[in-house]
Amino acid sequence: MTDTNKTPLVELRDMSIAFGGIKAVDHVSIDLHAGEVVGLLGHNGAGKSTLIKCLSGAYQADSGEIYIEGKKVNIENPRDARAQNIETIYQTLALADNLNATANLFLGRELVNRFGMVDEGKMEAETRKIMARLNPNFRKFNEPVSALSGGQRQSVAIARAVYFNAKVLIMDEPTAALGPHETQMVSELIQELKAQGLGIFLIEHDIQNVMQLCDRAAVMKNGQMVGVENVADVTEDDILSMIILGKNPKKAT
Amino acid sequence: MTDSKTTNPATQTNMSPVAKFLRATELDTRLLGMFGALALIWLGFHYYGVIFNDFGAFLTARNLWNLSVQTSSIGIMATGMVLVIITRNIDLSVGALVGVTGMTMGILQVDILPAYLGLGNPAIWIITVILGITLGATIGAFHGWLIAYRGIPAFIVTLGGLLVWRGSAFLANNGKTISPVDSTFQLLGGGPYGAVGSTGSWIVGILACLGILWLTVSGRRNRLRHEFALRPMWAEIFVSGAAMAMVIGAVLLVNSYPWPIGIVKQYTEANGLTIPEGGLFISHGFAIPVLILAGVGIMMTILMTKTRFGRYVFAIGGNPEAAALAGINVKWMTLKIFALMGALAGLAGVVASARLNSATNALGVLDELYVIAAAVIGGTSLAGGVGTIYGAILGALVMQSLQTGMVLIGFDTSVQQIVVGSVLVLAVYLDNLYRKRTK
Repeated sequence: MTDTNKTPLVELRDMSIAFGGIKAVDHVSIDLHAGEVVGLLGHNGAGKSTLIKCLSGAYQADSGEIYIEGKKVNIENPRDARAQNIETIYQTLALADNLNATANLFLGRELVNRFGMVDEGKMEAETRKIMARLNPNFRKFNEPVSALSGGQRQSVAIARAVYFNAKVLIMDEPTAALGPHETQMVSELIQELKAQGLGIFLIEHDIQNVMQLCDRAAVMKNGQMVGVENVADVTEDDILSMIILGKNPKKAT
Repeated sequence: MTDSKTTNPATQTNMSPVAKFLRATELDTRLLGMFGALALIWLGFHYYGVIFNDFGAFLTARNLWNLSVQTSSIGIMATGMVLVIITRNIDLSVGALVGVTGMTMGILQVDILPAYLGLGNPAIWIITVILGITLGATIGAFHGWLIAYRGIPAFIVTLGGLLVWRGSAFLANNGKTISPVDSTFQLLGGGPYGAVGSTGSWIVGILACLGILWLTVSGRRNRLRHEFALRPMWAEIFVSGAAMAMVIGAVLLVNSYPWPIGIVKQYTEANGLTIPEGGLFISHGFAIPVLILAGVGIMMTILMTKTRFGRYVFAIGGNPEAAALAGINVKWMTLKIFALMGALAGLAGVVASARLNSATNALGVLDELYVIAAAVIGGTSLAGGVGTIYGAILGALVMQSLQTGMVLIGFDTSVQQIVVGSVLVLAVYLDNLYRKRTK
């Protein structure tokens, strides 16, 4: 599997964050290697999304350290995360509904011409290029994304994460709102990106998807890390019992 | 045109001629609706006058010229209010800001600057305008800071601001009116001397036409370069032709409004000329405040459609969380938007006090409501995320047309208020229906 002796692409050390006395993330450490998919599992409210938002800059951890390729970095806001080539596909997709696909794809990173004006034509052309790859049936380039279907919106959010040469990709339930065909497309994309050497954190409820797509599975419960296991070494039942009981069956034995 | 990649979408489906026309010209139906409403208001008031007062006063060069001047200060502020409302905020303090900046500028140019620079020094109006706009921007920025960084709702901050700055405008000169203002400053408010005349108006008109042609050609070239669908040639010619016809029409209109006889007499005497027999016809041309409004409108449109700043304004309005996650500093943007609104209120203060040739503490009373109404009638959605600059300016023109029209046909102030209030509510209702249908 993944060579775990190399310097990890991302390392979260001893991360904690609390909201009004509730420890959403409680001294959690996890790492991610290049070309690896790590699944994050757990009940709703287990702290998966919160942990990942500390990495994407949406939240600031109360304590803990983040290392990218062995170097300690400070991620205080989404811009810092993007500067480290960390891209996130949020569960909510985080699209501005009133803007079109192009505007959303380049949001915060608009291409400008030499006069400092946004280069609409170039951005749309780029959007057409990447969408042709990700979702060849996509046609609605000039409509606000509120007019798009769930799958189309998802593909805009994915295009945004992939377009800017991400090294680390965070996907928060990317297939939750999708039909079987689109889910299949996302799975293929994850494998393709993995082959390109990206590290991917995948938050996922569907254990079968995890077994199929992930190299390792990390299970959280009540803000704590229950365990991280190589997917090849465990069964679906092992992972299920980790999620439900909050105990690592291997450690128990 | 024969390139298969650039086929015209309008010919592909069998739509009604109207739908085809709209699709090919890519005209905003809301824009057409506003022109329709405006035409209705103008014709309605004119013919009401013709029928009941034996004189249609609305569609005269004089009235339309005055209308353009009266629209300026509200229009200038409405362009800024669009940004505020798009980002889901509101600014109730703009009228009070007109008052306090107008008053401050009055004191500055009448009581303070002449003492140092001498009366009539050409630097007076420049310093006054710069400081007035800066004051507006500073107050706006302070409002924005309270809203963005201290988490006080915009409604409350600017409601407080409305009272605070109106009170300050009164205190500034103990309620006394300052008049007259600096003679150059006064030109910024319009009037016979505060207009660019016939030749000047033609220059403006021709520049505007060249601008329209340039936009059409460069837009077409841009689409060709990226192989996007082109508008059919007839649609390009129609749209640019209609726009240029409107510009030329406006030039002819403002040039057909002559100076009053008294002003002509004054002018000829001052310049040692004699009035030929049959009188001397000197055109007003475009009033300076109208040109200021046009300039502001163009700059704000560029800001909103061509810059990152404008893009972020729309993004924040559409989804503030998404905007923040995309790395946009929403708080800093909010502060800047309110500062811009304040600066525009300062500029409106310049125009309003110059037009009155005096600074009074009541300058701009109730302007906030007309400005908000103009933006909303112009299609800015209070739910955020949607709005255009040209819509707001047209909205201001609609509001002002209603107001002027009712004055001309002799409606009471009380009736005017009832009509304006009802129109606002009706306009938003129609807008809701329109949005539901187009969704």
